[in-house]
Amino acid sequence: MIKTEHLSKRYDALVAVDDVTFQVGPGEVLGFLGPNGAGKTTTMRMLAGFVTPSAGRASICGHDIESDPLAAKASLGYLPEGAPTYGEMTVRSFLDFIADLRQLEGERRRARLDYVIERLQLSSVLEQTIETLSKGFRRRVGLAQAIVHDPPVLVLDEPTDGLDPNQKHEVRTLINEMARDKIIVISTHILEEVNAVCTRAIIIARGRIVADDTPVALAGKSRYHNAVSLQLERADQLEAAREAVRSLPSVAEIEVSERDARITALPRAGATLLPALSELASRQGLKLKELHLESGRLDEVFRTITA
Amino acid sequence: MRNVGIIMRRELASYFATPLAYVFILIFLVLANFFTFSLGGFFERDQADLQPFFTYHPWLYLFLVPALSMRLWAEERKSGSIELLMTQPVTLWEAVLGKFLAAWLFTALALALTFPLWITVNYLGKPDNGTILAAYLGSLLLAGGFLAIGSCTSALTRNQVIAFILGVVVCFAFVLAGFPPLLNLLTGWVPQVIVDAIASLSFLTHFESIAKGVIDVRDLLYFAMLIGFFLLATSIALDLRKAN
Repeated sequence: MIKTEHLSKRYDALVAVDDVTFQVGPGEVLGFLGPNGAGKTTTMRMLAGFVTPSAGRASICGHDIESDPLAAKASLGYLPEGAPTYGEMTVRSFLDFIADLRQLEGERRRARLDYVIERLQLSSVLEQTIETLSKGFRRRVGLAQAIVHDPPVLVLDEPTDGLDPNQKHEVRTLINEMARDKIIVISTHILEEVNAVCTRAIIIARGRIVADDTPVALAGKSRYHNAVSLQLERADQLEAAREAVRSLPSVAEIEVSERDARITALPRAGATLLPALSELASRQGLKLKELHLESGRLDEVFRTITA
Repeated sequence: MRNVGIIMRRELASYFATPLAYVFILIFLVLANFFTFSLGGFFERDQADLQPFFTYHPWLYLFLVPALSMRLWAEERKSGSIELLMTQPVTLWEAVLGKFLAAWLFTALALALTFPLWITVNYLGKPDNGTILAAYLGSLLLAGGFLAIGSCTSALTRNQVIAFILGVVVCFAFVLAGFPPLLNLLTGWVPQVIVDAIASLSFLTHFESIAKGVIDVRDLLYFAMLIGFFLLATSIALDLRKAN
């Protein structure tokens, strides 16, 4: 369990994190979203025991981060922003160093090291120094370091930053696998990642929590929730279609993109549009390339509440 | 203590992972021998001892030790690895001590590599090996004092050059405090108590008495307290500034 109560951090005049309270339980993957400088990294640094809070408290698995920091850190796997490591060390000696500090010994040590090396595909670079590795490999070394001791809680600051799409997919699969029995907090500004791995999302702006919900419920706050988007085969039908769609009683507003002959109709509160629109299309003889119902756009919600 | 050992071993290995270790040892040995034979007049003195070797150690360390210690914390902060280290289950004190001990062990190695001088002087005459051993101990303590100061200035900044210059300046003040020409300048118009107090803070005073073969508990205590003080200052500086 991760618990924070009124957690705050001030640097002189700047309030980086302002009265943040939340709890994360087992099986939850919490996505921490927010614009750059919103306080995501500072919050995670406080959880990891690197930054001391100015006010409030936080605990990891019942261990207070200030009064019992060693126990809190022992239950935590942490990937700092930018995945810093010791560049002059080889991957193997670096992982050995972390395993030493994490007090892994004997058979379990061997098994855990083998697991992370295999899982993060590091076997080909074990004897290379970390500074010679690509950004993707460095990020994976950082991830390996965070999970080598199989901690119950993981805090990962931008775990997929700098990875190519295949590697991103791999890391998300790994997070999903670990999610079953762990508590995971990740920060990201890639919104598709939230849908891919998170069971819950907290949006933070100017140090404060501005939204805390499931990704689906958050998308439901979008003005595009239940909107219907239709794309015409023939651009010359766009003018007629535009007028017809606009005149439907359940349509509140429409957006037209002339570039790809697409009309997006936004519903009045509580109204359903799809049946009316498909009926309209067949009545007017509109040739449709595509017709689909939107569940809402997370990026639009994100912009609206953090602007 | 387990963590101190782990951190010390990693740090020591990192010296040898780059040319730093070899360059440092080479320059140390070349300069130490230059001072001994050239400035110290090792042969001309016609005496079987290593005094010309040890006399110049404070001046040798003045520039070489801050060059070694400047990276201790400045580099960790610059690269961000301090965040990785301090979020492992280790205390700040274990990290400060581990890194300091690694640097100290490294200077001990460099010092030990001056053994050909000891062999030479034993071959040429009959020196007092007890005095030589005491002087080696004094030199090691002196290096420890310089390193503790350097560790502290390195914790104050993420820029290694600034850490180096600050380190040299503070170390220089501690050496100069016992430099006879400076003390003579003060004597006469400053009360003797103050002159003595300044002199008693100096590396030179304490180092020279140990180097003469007199191991006084007060001298040992001086170095122990100095190292302890600056390591404590290091951890306070880190605690205040680590995340900035």
